[in-house]
Parts: sequence; structure tokens; C-alpha cells
Amino acid sequence: MSSMRPERMVKLAVKNLGQYKLRAGLTMLGIIFGVSSVVAMLSVGEGANQEIQEKIQRMGSQNILIKSVKVMNDEDSGANRNFIASYGLTYDDAADMARFVPNLESSTPIKRLSYNVQFKARRLQTDVVATVPWFLRVQNYRMVRGRFLTSADMDFGTPVCVIGTRLARTLFAGFDPIGQTLTIDRDAYTVVGIIGDIAQSELPPQNELWLEGENQTVYIPLRTYIQKRGDFFTQWSEGGGTFEKIELYELILSIDEQENVVRAVDAVRRVLQKNHKKEDYSIVVPLELIRQARETRRLFNIVLGAIAAISLIVGGIGIMNIMLATVSERTREIGIRRALGARRTDIVLQFLMETLILSISGGVIGLGVGALIPWVITKATDVQTVRTFSAFAVAFTVSVTVSVVFGIYPARRAAMMDPIDALRHE
Amino acid sequence: MSEAIVELKGAVKEYVNGSLRVTAMRGIDLRIDRGEYAVIMGSSGSGKSTCLNILGCLDRLSTGTYLLGGDDVSNLTDDQLSEIRSKRLGFIFQSYNLIPQLNVLENIEVPLFYQGVPESEARKTAQQLAKRMGLSARLKHKPMELSGGQQQRVAIARSLVCDPILMLADEPTGNLDSKTGYEILELIDELHAEGKTIVMVTHDDDIAHRAQRVVTFRDGDIISNDWKGAPKV
Ligand SMILES: Nc1ncnc2c1ncn2[C@@H]1O[C@H](COP(=O)(O)OP(=O)(O)OP(=O)(O)O)[C@@H](O)[C@H]1O
Ligand SMILES: [Mg+2]
Repeated sequence: MSSMRPERMVKLAVKNLGQYKLRAGLTMLGIIFGVSSVVAMLSVGEGANQEIQEKIQRMGSQNILIKSVKVMNDEDSGANRNFIASYGLTYDDAADMARFVPNLESSTPIKRLSYNVQFKARRLQTDVVATVPWFLRVQNYRMVRGRFLTSADMDFGTPVCVIGTRLARTLFAGFDPIGQTLTIDRDAYTVVGIIGDIAQSELPPQNELWLEGENQTVYIPLRTYIQKRGDFFTQWSEGGGTFEKIELYELILSIDEQENVVRAVDAVRRVLQKNHKKEDYSIVVPLELIRQARETRRLFNIVLGAIAAISLIVGGIGIMNIMLATVSERTREIGIRRALGARRTDIVLQFLMETLILSISGGVIGLGVGALIPWVITKATDVQTVRTFSAFAVAFTVSVTVSVVFGIYPARRAAMMDPIDALRHE
Repeated sequence: MSEAIVELKGAVKEYVNGSLRVTAMRGIDLRIDRGEYAVIMGSSGSGKSTCLNILGCLDRLSTGTYLLGGDDVSNLTDDQLSEIRSKRLGFIFQSYNLIPQLNVLENIEVPLFYQGVPESEARKTAQQLAKRMGLSARLKHKPMELSGGQQQRVAIARSLVCDPILMLADEPTGNLDSKTGYEILELIDELHAEGKTIVMVTHDDDIAHRAQRVVTFRDGDIISNDWKGAPKV
């Protein structure tokens, strides 16, 4: 029967709440804190997730990374410090991979060494990577200027190099690096290109790129390096030196499809186990890391969710507390309304509407504050935050739902009161 | 024969609190016709308020029947009783019972709110009644800002807003000084003169003189039910 229209109920509820401005404000504050902290937490969580995901994604989900690992020979570890340590991946390994690993698209051999590099009088120590032209595509790096290594460089062993943006910025400050000569441990190389970090979706204007990127590596053709230095690497230290023979420092295998990666990894393991007596290599599978990261993320979300749920439930209990107090204070009003024709349902709806208005307005403000907190966090610290629509939706819906659930009991209590008792109440 | 507004037959009301039983009405028969002005008297605890609550559909009989305007309301659901209260009954209380956060107009409108009467229509009715009760200058005031007599006028306006077939008043002048009380009683007389059916509980013999019928309670029984004809005003 009763056709109390919603807008009149809202009006009434607002009027009723107006009696308890301070109390209503404090209750809303509880909801505001709850909702905004949930949004903030989810944003920080999402930020962390994306950071990890990006890092792993950079390694390439279709790639398998194999690295050489230094293992001490038992017989070598005597008093004699001058010895040749031979370990790690070999050219034979690479050839076997090409033969036995299924669905292999490309195999990228890498030598990675630390050298003193020099331009004019400036000198610094940095990583030198000797590799092949398709390294650029496999690593998903982006050229900023000039060119990368070419197959001609490989065929002829030309002494050219490509430098990272950071190196271009520091070592070549004030010069255009292209065409300059870079000395790598007494060998002269001509700079032919500048390489950035991971390919960004948008390429900023040339000038700005000089300021960005942390790539400080020098890239040279593998062929050139082998021709000049061979596979021995000598490092002098006090009281002697070590002579190391490492054919390949890293090997990046690219598989055609993600779903074939697991099978390929098995083949890689078999080949390496057959070829190596010691485990002087390590295998990194980004795809597995992605899976682990997803699992970690799931756990992370559960923990965050639990904390969020607790803070929202605390808000809900706050609402319940306030509404119980309000109901008992307004017992007489309830009696009057019942005497004047309010049904139990009308009373329930009246108090639920008050709860709803408290929680919705608190929730909306909470969303606003919640949108600000991640922004402040990112401004103040280096922590990456990502605000997602779902974070806002979850925080708001859960908070309103919790409030209504906790509001039902006080409202029902009000409605179940005997009108005569309620009227007699002082 | 005139039409019965209230008809109680063998009305029994028992309160049970654990093992404690209190019989507040012991098989009462009572008939009040349309347009009557009846007063219920009796010593404290004799069952007057209990009877008025039954008549006001705020409570149910333990046994017996209650016909309101010819309809048996003894076995209605809570929601149905609520509807009757909002559409057919008007209440005036000793302590006014206005809702503190609502202003005069809003208080008068409350029963219409639960009937679902549109806001503008309710507002019009409330304004007319307020004017009639001499409250035109106080429409936007809260109950706290009114004198006792003014508050009781608001309550009377509120009780009239649904044009009830029965008006119930439990010691409406109990909280007022004699002059203000007199004004309220004059107002009630006026309503009676217009044809309203009124049942009022009072302790005061002088007030009882205004009524046409005086029903006297003792220990949950009616010990006298005097018809005095037209009131002597
Ligand atoms: N809710 C209740 N529970 C138990 N007993 C009750 C209840 N309400 C009333 N009574 C008892 O019923 C009897 C009648 O009470 P009632 O309130 O009707 O008296 P009354 O005539 O209105 O008295 P007064 O003039 O003091 O207002 C009393 O004995 C009272 O104690
Ligand atoms: Mg009484």
C-alpha cells in the first residue's frame, strides 16, 4: 500500500541526520578512512604488480635465458692462483640447441664483459656486450639514432659499436657521438648508433631522449670481438691474475609461441645436462617468473583484500553502533510514527535510508580522498601506484553493502519495538 | 438507530510478564456511536489507557472482539492495523508527542506521509489545519520553540489531518495550566460540535461534564456508563 516515494524518504533521512551532525560526521569519517585506505592499498598493490610484470615482460615471455655460472674446480682451488678456469656455455652448446630445441625461432649468443672505455680523455668502466644483429629485436630495445649492428658487421668483423643513451649523455657530453672513436681496452671502435632502453610506446622527440634512459652498455659485433680477443679473458688482481675461458656468457633462445616454451625448456635442460659435467650454467624462464609473479600477486591481493575487508567491517561496526544509539534515542519518535500509521517496513526503510545516505556520502568522499592518496604517494616517494576502476568500484560497493548489512539490525530493532512501549519511553 | 463507531464485546486484555499476569480489562462491553463525545474516568491503574490503546489499534485484545466503524479489527495483521491508524484514527497525547526535528507543518503532515498523499496536497491540508488551530505564525517552528498549548494544537491538527472517524485523547490537558487546558477543551468541544466522535481519558470531573457519556473504570471493569445527553456548555 504505502507509496512513500524514494525522494521523500531521502529528504526525511537527510533531515533526521541533520539532528546529529557531529555524530553523522564522525561516522562518515570512519567510512571515508575505510574506503580511501582500500583504494590506496589496491592502487599501491596494482602499481607493484605492474612494475614486476613490466620487468618480467621485458625479458620476453617467449625467451629462455641461459647464463654461464662460474663454478670452482676442486683441483683448481689449491694454492696456485694462476690458472685457466674454463666454464660456461660453449659454441657447441649453441649448435646443439639449434639442432635439438623444438620450435626455436632464434638463438642469440652474447658475451658480456667489463672493460675500461675511453673517449678522448674521458674514461669509465662499463659493460661491453658482444652480440649479433638480432639482439635488438629479441631484447626489444629501440634505436635512438644511427643503426644497430648489421650482418655485414658480423661477416667482416668491422670495428663498430653502438652505445647506450646514458653513455652518450655522460662520456660524450658536448659531442655528437656518431662517428666518434671509442676505445675499448686499447681497441678502437667507431660509434655508429645510440640505443635506448626498452622500446617505449611513444618515441619522444630526439632532444629529450638524450635525457632519458639508463642504458650505459656498449654493443659490438660478436665476430669482431672474437677476432680481436678470442675466448680468453684475463683479469689481473693483486698477487696474480685469473685467466678465464668462456665461450658464451649468455644465450637467449626465442621460441615461436608461448605454449611451446615449456617443452623447449625441457630440451634445453637435456642438452645442457648431456654437455656439462658441472652445473656451470643457469636457466631463466621469464614465463615461469610471470607465473610466479601472478601467484605472488594473487597472495598479495588476498592479504590486501583481508586488510581492506577488516577496515570496511570496522566502518560497518561504527555504523551499527551509531545507528543503535540513534534508534534508542529516538525510541519515542518511532512510537509516534507507528501510532500515526507507519508500518514496520516504513520504520526499517527510514533507518536504512539514513544508513545508506551516511555510507554513500562517506563512500563518495572516501573515493575522492582515495584517489588523492596514491597521487601523493607517487609524488612523495618513488612508489608506483596505479588507480584502477575496479579498485574504486570494489571499495565503494563493499563499503555500502557492509554498511547496509550492519544497518539492518538497528533498523529492525527499531521496527520491532512495541509502539505503546516506545511511546512511553522517556 | 445510530451507527456504532466503537463496539467492544467481552473485551479482555491480559499482560503476561513471565509468570506474572495482570488483567487490565476483564470482559468489557462498550459501544460508542458516531458523533458521541465520551469520557473515560477511573482511578490510576484501572485500565483506562489500556482501553484507549485497544480502541486506537495500538494493541490487540487477548479475547473478545472490537468492531471499529463496523469492521472487526481484532484479528488484523500489524500492517493492516498501521493502515487503520493512519487513515481512520486520530491521537492526542498528554505529552503532545511531536517529532522534535520536524517543524509544525511537517509534524502535521506525518500521517499523510504514511498514506502516500502527494507532498503538495499534504502541505495544503496541513496549512489549512494549522491556520484553523491558530498556528499560522508558527508554521516553520520546531516543537521546542512552542508553548505547551501551541504544541497540543499542533498535535490536534495532526490528529485531524486524515479526517478520522474516531479521535482518541489520553489526558490531553494533563500537562497544561488550567487556562490553556480550557482552550484545548474548547477546541475539542468545537470538533465534537462538527460531528467528530471523541473518546477522552481524564481524571478531572469538571472536564467530564463536557462529555455526553462518562464511562468509569475500576480494576479493569466498567462500573458505570452514564449517558447524559447533550453536553452542558
Ligand atoms: N505493558 C504492561 N505490562 C504489564 N502490565 C501492564 C502493562 N501496561 C499496563 N499494565 C497494567 O494494567 C493495568 C492498567 O493500566 P493502565 O495504564 O491502563 O491504567 P490507567 O487507568 O491508564 O492508569 P493511570 O490513570 O495511572 O494512567 C495496571 O495495573 C498496569 O500496571
Ligand atoms: Mg493512563
